[in-house]
Amino acid sequence: MARITLDGIAHAYRPNPRSDADYALKPLHLTWERGLAYALLGPSGCGKTTLLNILSGLLRPSHGRLLFDGVDVTDWPTERRNIAQVFQFPVIYDTMTVRENLAFPLRNRGVAPAAAARRVTEIAELLGLSPMLDRRARGLTPDAKQKISLGRGLVRSDVAALLLDEPLTVIDPNLKWELRSRLKAAHRALDRLMVYVTHDQTEALTFADRVVVMQDGRMLQIGTPAELFERPEHVFVGHFIGSPGMNFLPAAVTGDRAVVAGFEIPLGAAYGPLPAGVPVQLGIRPDFTALGAGPGGLPVTLERVDDLGRLRLARVRLGPHPLVARLPDGVDPATAALYLDSRRLHVYADGKRVPPPGELRQEAAA
Amino acid sequence: MTLRLEGISRSVAGVAHLRDVSLSLPRGMPNVLLGPTLSGKTSLMRLMAGLDRPDSGRILLDGKDVTGVPARRRSVAMVYQQFVNYPTLTLYENIASPLRVAGVKGAEIDRRVREAAALLRLEPLLERLPPQVSGGQQQRTAIARALVRRADLVLLDEPLANLDYKLREELREELPRLFADSGAILVYATTEPTEALLLGGQVVALWEGAVAQVGPSAEVYRAPRTLAAARVFSDPPMNELAIACRDGALLLPDGRRLSVGGRLASLPAGDHRLGFRAETLRFAAPAAGTLCFAGTVAVTEITGSESFVHVDVDVGAAAPARWVSLLPGVQELEPGQPVSLAVDPAAIFVFDAAGAIAGAPCRAAA
Amino acid sequence: MNDRPFDNRAWLLVLPVLAIVLFSALLPLMTVVNYSVQDSFGNNQFFWNGIGWYRELLDPSTDLGSRFFGALWRSLLFSAIILAIEVPLGIAVALCMPRDGWRLAATLVLMALPLLVPWNVVGTIWQVFARGDIGLFGHVVNALGIDYNYTAGILSAWFTIVIMDVWHWTSLVALLCYAGLRAIPDAFYQAARIDGASRLAVFRWIELPKLRRVLVIAVLLRFMDSFMIYTEPFVVTGGGPGNATTMLSIDLVKLALGQFDLGKAAAMSIVFNLIILAVCWVFYTVMTALDAEKQAEGPAKGAE
Repeated sequence: MARITLDGIAHAYRPNPRSDADYALKPLHLTWERGLAYALLGPSGCGKTTLLNILSGLLRPSHGRLLFDGVDVTDWPTERRNIAQVFQFPVIYDTMTVRENLAFPLRNRGVAPAAAARRVTEIAELLGLSPMLDRRARGLTPDAKQKISLGRGLVRSDVAALLLDEPLTVIDPNLKWELRSRLKAAHRALDRLMVYVTHDQTEALTFADRVVVMQDGRMLQIGTPAELFERPEHVFVGHFIGSPGMNFLPAAVTGDRAVVAGFEIPLGAAYGPLPAGVPVQLGIRPDFTALGAGPGGLPVTLERVDDLGRLRLARVRLGPHPLVARLPDGVDPATAALYLDSRRLHVYADGKRVPPPGELRQEAAA
Repeated sequence: MTLRLEGISRSVAGVAHLRDVSLSLPRGMPNVLLGPTLSGKTSLMRLMAGLDRPDSGRILLDGKDVTGVPARRRSVAMVYQQFVNYPTLTLYENIASPLRVAGVKGAEIDRRVREAAALLRLEPLLERLPPQVSGGQQQRTAIARALVRRADLVLLDEPLANLDYKLREELREELPRLFADSGAILVYATTEPTEALLLGGQVVALWEGAVAQVGPSAEVYRAPRTLAAARVFSDPPMNELAIACRDGALLLPDGRRLSVGGRLASLPAGDHRLGFRAETLRFAAPAAGTLCFAGTVAVTEITGSESFVHVDVDVGAAAPARWVSLLPGVQELEPGQPVSLAVDPAAIFVFDAAGAIAGAPCRAAA
Repeated sequence: MNDRPFDNRAWLLVLPVLAIVLFSALLPLMTVVNYSVQDSFGNNQFFWNGIGWYRELLDPSTDLGSRFFGALWRSLLFSAIILAIEVPLGIAVALCMPRDGWRLAATLVLMALPLLVPWNVVGTIWQVFARGDIGLFGHVVNALGIDYNYTAGILSAWFTIVIMDVWHWTSLVALLCYAGLRAIPDAFYQAARIDGASRLAVFRWIELPKLRRVLVIAVLLRFMDSFMIYTEPFVVTGGGPGNATTMLSIDLVKLALGQFDLGKAAAMSIVFNLIILAVCWVFYTVMTALDAEKQAEGPAKGAE
């Protein structure tokens, strides 16, 4: 089993919500498929924890239905839902050994001891816990403990979904990648639906097949890490994903031309008429810009150069608008002009991306 | 004004925390203590602040011995990793508190608080309480409090470590500007090479309680003089490979014998260690006579605009080496996927058996 | 301490405390030690007796020895019964307490009440309450056909002082345990629900292990208090019937002030003191071992 459907799920902590602002979570329609890993990504207060609590059964949504494989579980208590959860800090049974910890969920459900032992060995191997199976859980390091909590979530073969609530918060930075690779390997090996909640873009992009970017209780975009990087559907997504985030320049767009601060910039496609009366912006990632010498560049004024060792970033202004651009080796930033990769330019109206005509057809063909 | 440390050593319970540290920290530019956790950054700062006394050595402020003077009687301000503010005082009163303690007059307090608040963009928030503002704003308040008292010595101990990804990025951009016009001796501890590069100034690379190298940050990054300094200044960790040089050829641990031209050919005979950073390890088809390796992907960490691919590489040793390759953009590689990698000989650091630099990449000279 | 640039003159501030401790604890203690090695026949005449009293005290075949060991076993038995009842009962009460709202406030006030009653008042309350003629408790028990008279029956007397102590002090254990239970993060309960743990398993594997430190403190407090108990049995039974409820401290007072056997009483106090010190030391060792384990565990929580 395992497909989760959010059918118009919304939540307001106060009774009788009137305005949009009363909703901690705005109506959400989504279907999550088995075998995929999803990440809920957003800054604190974006509603991701509310959504997680709705999934785990801690919170009953004020609107909408939650379906597991088509069955309405909105009113089911946690224990009936067949979900597993890993928390921010390791939750382990101190006085048990690692083996007993892993076997605990199976024992409680009356799984035969031989089968349980086999499963525990398997999961311990997957997570690298085998050498410490007979040690008491109490004295272990935080990362080993977090692996135990993870193992308890993975050991049952009947769980509908594994929920992970910022599970790497207490892990030492230089051990994080090991746990990430274990988690990823476990996900590949066990073909489980996983939902990972985090505010850290690296966690989300590294772990998930699909990332749900949230802000102010609203889902802004769901997509693969590459889609979020290449085609952010919302200004906030462009800013939040990527380091540094996307550049946005107020512009006037007509057809395949944009005008920014009096300078004409060619676009990758010809746009139809844009909605009137809303701000229009051009968006481009610093990765697809460069300063250089030569004809055809946009004249910019240099503010500062950040030398990151492996690359240099120039902070410049195009007219009054600030922007970050790559500075290739050997280019003198003081006299260089700005080049934009027009195929990587996106047009945003009122914060939302305007798809160039023809994009949908291209996708259908691909 | 200069802070000088002469031959400082300190051990706690038989464990050496600092070994014979001699430093000169001038005013007018940030002094960045860069090193991994437990490399001695905090121990050193505590000595500078007068919270601890060294076992041996002297601390001189402008030539005056202050070794045994307690913190209370030094002119020191400190910002910690945790946001330390008075929770029941407004941001204004928080910033004003050191001035009130020092007995500064009312009008002067107001002027200096508003000046610091303007610098840190806290003006609209001055009447709020710390719990009502974001973590980034709380930490800016703590920094403002440290700057406002105009101490001779301002110590910042990983001030950005507890902030969200995006906030850290934002504050990191602001810090160089703040430090530019402060009259104090500024000491800034961090584990992140990127932060050290962005702050500029003088970097002190610390490794296991000893100074590995001191110099302008970009210079130490590009031309580390020791293996320790190169390790400290590499994030992700530098890839390393032990080799031997015989008759102008390189002997790899897997038995390959390469005749590479250029400066690697002129290395003295003996055992060496090659070091190359993640961005110089590229995916490339294997070719005879080049530094190429076969491996499998362990995990890909995607930061948003770059992907760190952790690869298990067969280098002929008993266990595979774990190397990291940095690729631009978002790259979704599956764990277990076989890959082939190559290193450009021109980008390699060579260290001798004692860990001193024996050959630097070509561009280091530039 | 000298590895920090601190001002060592601060130690001078400790001097007044040292002086007070000297006069209030050390000097009286030395007086007792002095008495315990001498004999007196009144008239303030003292004779050196060496370790004579101690030898007699610790030899069960002598009068003094049998009396001492009798009282010691009674005290230990009393403490054991008290702990066996109050600790499980306290945990049970703590588990049943409401988690918030006005019910919690009401429960807390109710439970704090017996703790606020002075010892001798507790004794007096129960002395009256348990009487067969005018006391409600004694009357009801007798009406049920049970022969109950705490001034005559040994069992009745023990029953009375035990139930009195349980009434007086169980809420202390319960409040300590309640604080311990409240400190367990919700995530643990949630994880247990997800793991399909029964109520009993939650208690066995989460609540009890997390209460360990609190329980050590509760046991220590209740052991010390019950081992040294004096006022309540003195008021209710006066140590009787016979010597049935004569605990160590009661016996000590009888010996010192009733018979004015200063030497014997002093020796008994010293031994009593040493027993308490030994128990304290055991508890201290257990506590620090637990702390060390906690340290090794590292910062398990506190991350936001």
